[in-house]
Amino acid sequence: MNLLNISGSPHVHSDESTKRIMWRVNMALIPALLVAIAYFGMSALIISVISVLSCVLFQWLIEKYIMKVPSTVGDGSAIVTGLLLAFNVPATVEMMWIVVIGALVAIGVGKMAFGGLGKNPFNPALVGRVFLLISFPVQMTTWPKVGGLFSHMGISATITPDQAVQLGVDATTGATPLGIIKEHGLDALPQAWDLFIGHLGGSFGEVSALAILLGAAYLLWKKIISWHIPVAFIGTAFVFSAILYFVDPIHVEVIDKVKQTMGTVGYIDPLTTILTGGIMLGACFMATDMVTSPMAKSGQIIFGVGCGLLTVIIRTWGAYPEGVSFAILLMNSVTPLINRWCKPKRFAC
Amino acid sequence: MKTFRMGGVHPEENKISNDAAIEVMPVPAQMVVLMNQHLGAPATPIVQKGDKVKVGQLIGEAQAFMCANVHSPVSGTVLKVEPCKDAFGLAKPAVYINVEGDEWMETIDRTPDIKRECTLEPKQIVDKLKEMGIVGLGGATFPAHIKYNIPEGKKAEYLIINAAECEPYLTSDYRVMMEHAEEVCIGVSILRKALGVPNAYIGIENNKPLAIAKMQETARQFEGIVVEPLKVKYPQGAEKQLINAVTGRKVPSGKLPIDVGCMVSNLGTAFAVYEAIQKNKPLIENILTVTGKKLPSQHNYIVRIGTTYNDIIKHSLGELPATTGKIISGGTMMGKAVVNLDAPTVKGNSSVLVMDEGEARRNPETACIRCGKCMHACPMGLEPYMFSVLVKNNRIEEAKEHNILDCIECGCCFFSCPANKPLTDEIRLGKNKVRAMMAAKK
Repeated sequence: MNLLNISGSPHVHSDESTKRIMWRVNMALIPALLVAIAYFGMSALIISVISVLSCVLFQWLIEKYIMKVPSTVGDGSAIVTGLLLAFNVPATVEMMWIVVIGALVAIGVGKMAFGGLGKNPFNPALVGRVFLLISFPVQMTTWPKVGGLFSHMGISATITPDQAVQLGVDATTGATPLGIIKEHGLDALPQAWDLFIGHLGGSFGEVSALAILLGAAYLLWKKIISWHIPVAFIGTAFVFSAILYFVDPIHVEVIDKVKQTMGTVGYIDPLTTILTGGIMLGACFMATDMVTSPMAKSGQIIFGVGCGLLTVIIRTWGAYPEGVSFAILLMNSVTPLINRWCKPKRFAC
Repeated sequence: MKTFRMGGVHPEENKISNDAAIEVMPVPAQMVVLMNQHLGAPATPIVQKGDKVKVGQLIGEAQAFMCANVHSPVSGTVLKVEPCKDAFGLAKPAVYINVEGDEWMETIDRTPDIKRECTLEPKQIVDKLKEMGIVGLGGATFPAHIKYNIPEGKKAEYLIINAAECEPYLTSDYRVMMEHAEEVCIGVSILRKALGVPNAYIGIENNKPLAIAKMQETARQFEGIVVEPLKVKYPQGAEKQLINAVTGRKVPSGKLPIDVGCMVSNLGTAFAVYEAIQKNKPLIENILTVTGKKLPSQHNYIVRIGTTYNDIIKHSLGELPATTGKIISGGTMMGKAVVNLDAPTVKGNSSVLVMDEGEARRNPETACIRCGKCMHACPMGLEPYMFSVLVKNNRIEEAKEHNILDCIECGCCFFSCPANKPLTDEIRLGKNKVRAMMAAKK
């Protein structure tokens, strides 16, 4: 007869595994990927494939030749990083090589330098993105105009060439809504519905709130994320910007009394705030990264509120038009502290 | 529906032996009766080699405070009195008996008649529980006469009977409810009388609708017995969680149920109490589930305590399937893997669970991704992932400060961990280290 196994209880295990969690996150990113391909064309797909392949390759190389440990690329976490990194860059031809550098930084510095999956304090995809933003500021903020497949199909994009001329931007690149606001004021902005379904310029995974929410709904259903971080993040950004908007709505007035030039002052309305830029993608997919966010529900709320506040602060008063990446990275850095404060409620205490 | 609030998981229920009526397992040719089948000191053997014993005769006497009487489950001749390895490989004092016939003590009422009236006073009931060697059959085997002897200044308000049977696979309590509902209710009434509480609550998980209906119907004929259906959630039958579900009260860390006016006994114990008090029958039999997904047949048996695992397997299955990977005494969440199949069963055993190789294998451990699932599954509100790190780094003082001793070892953390970290193993190790540290400080 066989030798019997005599390990301790429990003798059964749920079918949960890290691998399944990561593959489900990849599944949840597919709607946003499809929208990106529809709006920006094949370049979006190519950048995604390059980004994913380089992330997987770098992790494999580092594990094999530097760390000398068995490879863990099969768990799918490098693919999540690759997809999220790709979603954070503009879908331009130049990005096809720049994203490889981003992948090296994301995996090499953001993840493997700390010991690999589970040990990294910062979200690897955001580390890669911010590195690219600082190193390639021009390429990282040159946005292709929405059009892609749809323009071939005869459906007009929302930002028409007329508008583009009016906005003073090059006809082949479209400005992001936040960029438009920083430079041109709110009148030039697309409407909220267009923002929701994705008719606007931007990093290609950030454009459609609807596609992102679909993926997030799947993750909520499978209990991979909980509502606490996304709701706290988006809710705080909404409320904070609503307060600012209430105090001083965006409007045009004379900003240089001597030269009599007109300019925009005041604050953006809250709906535009939450539908533009990376808030949806950040709140649903990047701030909810298990490794770099707090574990207790109370801690997750603090984390989400912090992300929301920092995002609006950076957008409103910072040098960059977008603040989601920096906000999440900053909150990542205080996650161990939040975990120390926010303990689960003990039984009978 | 009532339930505990915090944490918990839902393992596959696998109650595949539900419909197997209780069969009587024949008495083997030789018996080994261990002298400590209960929590506490071993009983002192009062028989010698060559002595003749009858079924139900006292052979081990409770001389220490925390101890319980042990009776002979068979009739025959004492072969020897010497240590025997138990199911987990630990040597325990034991009495070996060569079985001859089946001659019972005359005092034991073996008629099938149900005896309803109990005229004993509370004190007499507790004394008789001691005489009959009754211990808690929920797993801890705490001597009943100590438990039901309420300390000065404490008062019981609730008696809760644990029939949740929240462990996967186990069906012995279910079969007892289906086949002996009235005896159980009489047993509950006796315990209620011993405690002097107005109401007894029988908590049953909602995945046993037939048992709930049966018990509700039977309980109607009794005063002060309430059947409480409970949500199917593991560990609904853990003492603190069950008290919380039924009464809403919470037993604080380091306290006993009686500190919040509660007393919990297992359903099997209530049945044993009936037999002891009304029929003069000591605790010499177990009701055991013999089950496993890959077994050709599923069984529930009434087994003389002291029958070896090998005897049980031989009678019920012939021989073990070639692909057997693990044998568990108890359920899949808290049961213990059996090391020695030549060992005898003891009081409190509830199953022989045969797992296939595939089921018995643990998945390889991967890195912790700090998902917090262990923390959210913990019914005690602890942080299992942190214990894992602290224990590995021998930071025992900190583990104690994070209340590692509150852990009830239910296994929810390891069950839910996507990285397959053996959290429950590490916590058990940590608890032992903390206890050793505390003992060294004294």
